[in-house]
Parts: sequence; structure tokens; C-alpha cells
Amino acid sequence: MNKLNGRQWTFIQIIISASCLVVICIWGSLNADIAITSDFGLKNVPPETGHIFGTDWLGRDMFARTLRGLSISILIGVITAGISAFIALTLGIIAATGGRAADAVISFITDIVMGIPHILLLILICVAVGRGLPGIIIGVSLTHWPSLARLIRGEVMQLKESPYIKIAEKLGKSKFYIAKKHILPHLFPQFTVGLILLFPHAVLHEASVTFLGFGLSAGQPAIGNILSESMKYLITGKWWLAVFPGIFLVITVLLFYLTGQGMRKLMDPNTAHM
Amino acid sequence: MNGKLPVFIIKNIIRIILLVICVSIITFMLMKMSPVDPLQQNIGQAALGGMSEEQIAKLQEYWGVNKEPAEQFLSWAGDFLKGDMGTSLLYRQPVGEVVAVKFGNSLFIMIAAWIISGVMGFFLGIISGMNRGKFIDKLIRGYCLVISSTPAFWLALLFLMIFGVWLGWFPIGLSVPIGVEAGGVTFLDRLYHAFLPALTLSFLGVSNVALHTREKTIDIMESDYILFAKMRGEKGFSLFSRHVFRNALLPAIILHFAVISEIFGGSILIEQVFSYPGMGQAVVAAGLGSDLPLLMAITVISSVIVFAGNLTADIIVSIIDPRIRKGRI
Repeated sequence: MNKLNGRQWTFIQIIISASCLVVICIWGSLNADIAITSDFGLKNVPPETGHIFGTDWLGRDMFARTLRGLSISILIGVITAGISAFIALTLGIIAATGGRAADAVISFITDIVMGIPHILLLILICVAVGRGLPGIIIGVSLTHWPSLARLIRGEVMQLKESPYIKIAEKLGKSKFYIAKKHILPHLFPQFTVGLILLFPHAVLHEASVTFLGFGLSAGQPAIGNILSESMKYLITGKWWLAVFPGIFLVITVLLFYLTGQGMRKLMDPNTAHM
Repeated sequence: MNGKLPVFIIKNIIRIILLVICVSIITFMLMKMSPVDPLQQNIGQAALGGMSEEQIAKLQEYWGVNKEPAEQFLSWAGDFLKGDMGTSLLYRQPVGEVVAVKFGNSLFIMIAAWIISGVMGFFLGIISGMNRGKFIDKLIRGYCLVISSTPAFWLALLFLMIFGVWLGWFPIGLSVPIGVEAGGVTFLDRLYHAFLPALTLSFLGVSNVALHTREKTIDIMESDYILFAKMRGEKGFSLFSRHVFRNALLPAIILHFAVISEIFGGSILIEQVFSYPGMGQAVVAAGLGSDLPLLMAITVISSVIVFAGNLTADIIVSIIDPRIRKGRI
């Protein structure tokens, strides 16, 4: 095999991770019906060839349930990370460019959101909105923006002070021109990487809150629900109910991390020569 | 220079007080938005249906359900400042007592995990940074990546399954043995029951500190003074103890104070798995049962702890590093 350089390897790694996620997502959606079909003839089957992840106490195939759960998680993760990143971008830019008062207000709000432990705030929001899909989407979206907002604020502040932007201002370029030509191209890589690295947190928190009973309704095969149900059967030795869905959740989150870190490597000029 | 430190601290304390007030207002508003009717939730629909109008009106009066939200909040805040946190609807006890008991149980786990994960993470980070690119570095980085992708409750489930169910080394739950009088519970019993939750939480907390310390150590290793020390023939442990240790310690301590809220969140999840009767369990029960007074108290207390942690980090920074203090004030 020809020797590939670091950038090419990273690129291939990103493609593989991303396509794995897409495959899980689509495959899970196709399995939506199988995931809730029970077969009382095949209750509590340990992993075997027909059911590689075994079946649960209602005879539902755990492999289909796991895939379906992951696809729900990924979809929620994409939606919430998108909304969060948008909030972060808006607030970050306003804080950096809107003057001292705006900056003070936004940093105060950021401090409030960061001051309540994430899970606790999520629980409060889910209770306020009512359990179910809307609650979890609003909750996760509203809690994950602060760190990215801070990053973007810092970045824009720094850019604002940089010589070439000062010069552009002196040359009489309009604010819109400066924002479009000089600031956005710099911000874009940071923002993209930040967005992708929000997914893992969003997915993990969605699963956690559902696990605690505040998220998706108990009937849905979400990973949090699957694991929460498995707790009742743990003591009787049905290990496969907890082990496989968990491992696959870890793998999914890892794939997101790898994609994000790979993107950062490719976009960050400091790691251009690998 | 040191004269400015008190000003800095007072400024920050005022900021924290404002933040905590806002946190309590937000929490209160969120609870008021909740579609769950506190009366129905805590008495039960059947019982409520069987009551006469008068009885319901009396109960509403007793709980102050029909008052204006602002009035409700102010009366809550006034009592809270006097030390009366109200009565938990769920436990039918004063919130202060409930919180004291639950907090006591959780504090042990959280402090143990905070210290263990800090120390472990710091040393793993240094080992990793000093051996950059070698096998051990890859191993530690891999571990951190996997751990930060692992949901807290799943790791807890796994540990419970392995050590609790299969090996039978540790109890499956609760903070004290079943069927033993409260007076008969020894410290060792408590330790034994808290061990597994604390271990799980420690494992999870490592990755942040380790990765952060690793970055710092790499910076340090590339500095001129390390180059000079290496030229003098220093290596291995003496390099670590004389040059790396102190320089890497400060950033690690600062970071570790900032992640208190993560430990808090993790303990909520882990306590649920181990059915350990601490704060986490109280939060979940209060949330599911719409127990407003208890939830308010826990949120306010936890945010005070988080802010206090941040302030401590800021103070440590400003005492030790005057450059940062100058920039901040």
C-alpha cells in the first residue's frame, strides 16, 4: 500500500466515522418496527446467531432496539447541537461586537447556565416543558451553548483587534464587508469543529436524562430507556440487556469525537504539517 | 499588588450573590411553567377526586398554590434567607433536614471522587505529556477519549454488574446495610457501601484533568528551562520533580475547581444506578414528583457550590499569578 500522509489518513478516518454514523442512523430508522415487535416465544434469549444481542423479557430483538435507539439519539443530537451552536454563534458575536453592556449581560447569562450542573438544569427544563421529545430537545439545546459561545466571543474579540481588520476599517470598508470577508472565514473552522464536538455531549446528556426518566417516554426504544429497563433484570444475570446497547452508545459517541478531532486537525494551521 | 485582592474577592462575592438570586428565580419560573399540578401529583388523583371543594380550597390555601407567582417567590426567598427552606412535599419533612441527610451521604462520594480523580488525572497527564508520542501516551489518551465517551450511568451499571452481581465484592445499593439499626451502622459499613459509587465517579472525572495536564506538560517540556535541564543531564524522575511538577500543578488545580459541576452531575446519575440515597436520588424524586421546595433548595445549594469552586480557582490564580490578576481587575 502506498504511504499516505497524516492529512490523508485523517481525512479517511473522518469519512469512515461519518459514514458509520449515517449507516447506524438509517439502519436504525429502518428497524423501527422490529424494535417494538414482541415475540413471547423468544423471551430472554441470550445472544445467539438469530439474535446477536439476545432478546428482552418481551421477546424484542435487542439488536434492532439498540440500532433504533442510537438512530433516535443521533437525530436528537444533530438537532440539539445545531440549535445550540446557532445560539452560541449569535450570543458570541453579539457579546464581542455589541459593546460593554451587551458583553456583561451575555457573560452573566453564560455564568448562570454554567453555574447549575448540566444534568440538574436539564431535569428542571424537562420538568418545565413536560416530558417527551420537545422537552429533551429544548433542554439539551438550551444547556450546551455556553462553552462554544465563550470560544467564539474570544475569537471575534481577537480578530477585531488584529491589524488587518483595523486597516480594513481605516480603508472605509463597511462593517458587513469586514464581517463577510475577514471575520467569517476565520470563524468558520472554529465554529464547525465546535459544532461537531457538541454532538457527543448532546447525545450523552440526552441518554442520561432519558435514563433518569425525564426524557423520552418509556415506550420509545431510546438508549436511555433500554438501559434503565435493563437495570431491573441485571441482578438476575441478563447482562446482554445492558452491555451491548451501552458499548454501541460508547462507539457512537467515540465516532463523533473522532470526526470532530479529525476536522480540527485538518483545519487548524498549527497541525498542517503532519 | 496584594491590596487589590480583597476588592477582587468582594466584587466576585457580590457577583455570585446576584447569580444565585437569578438561578433561584429561573428555577422557580421553570417549576411554575411545569404542566404538572403539584396538588394532584402529591395527593393522587383519586384522593383529590374524593375531596370536597372546601378541603381542596383549604389545601390550596395551605400550600399557597393560588397566590401570585411573584408573591410565592418572595415568601419562599424570605423564609430561605431565615434558614427555613420549607417542607418537602415528597418526604413530608423540613427541606433543611432532608437536604442535610442526603447531602451528607453524597458529599462523601463527591469529595472522594474529586480528590482521587484529580490526583490520578494529574499524574496520568504528566506521564502522558512527558512521554509524548510513545505507547504509554497513546494508551492514556485512548483511555481519556473512551471515558469521555462513556455515559456515567452505563459505567456505573457495568461496575455494579461486575463487582456487585458477579463477583459479589460490594453491595448492590443503599448507603447502609439492610436490616441494621441506624445506631449499629459503623463508619466501615458506610465506606463499604460508598466505595463502588465513588470509584465509578473517580474513573469518570479523570479524563478532563489528564488531557489538560498533558497539554500543559507538553508546553513545559518544550520550554528552554527543560532543554537546559536536559543538557545538564537531568532526566526521568528528577526532571519531573524539579521542573515539571510545580509548573503543571497550578493549571490542574484551577481546572479541577472548575469541573465541580461535572462531578455533581455525574453523582446524580451514579446514585440512581446504585440506589444510593443521596442528593442525586433526591433530585430525581423531587423532579418526578414536582417537589418544588426541595428542588429549589438543591438547585440553589449546588449552584452556590459551583460558584464557590470557580471563585476559589480565581483566587488561587490571582494569589499565585499576578499577571492574570492585573488583566482581570
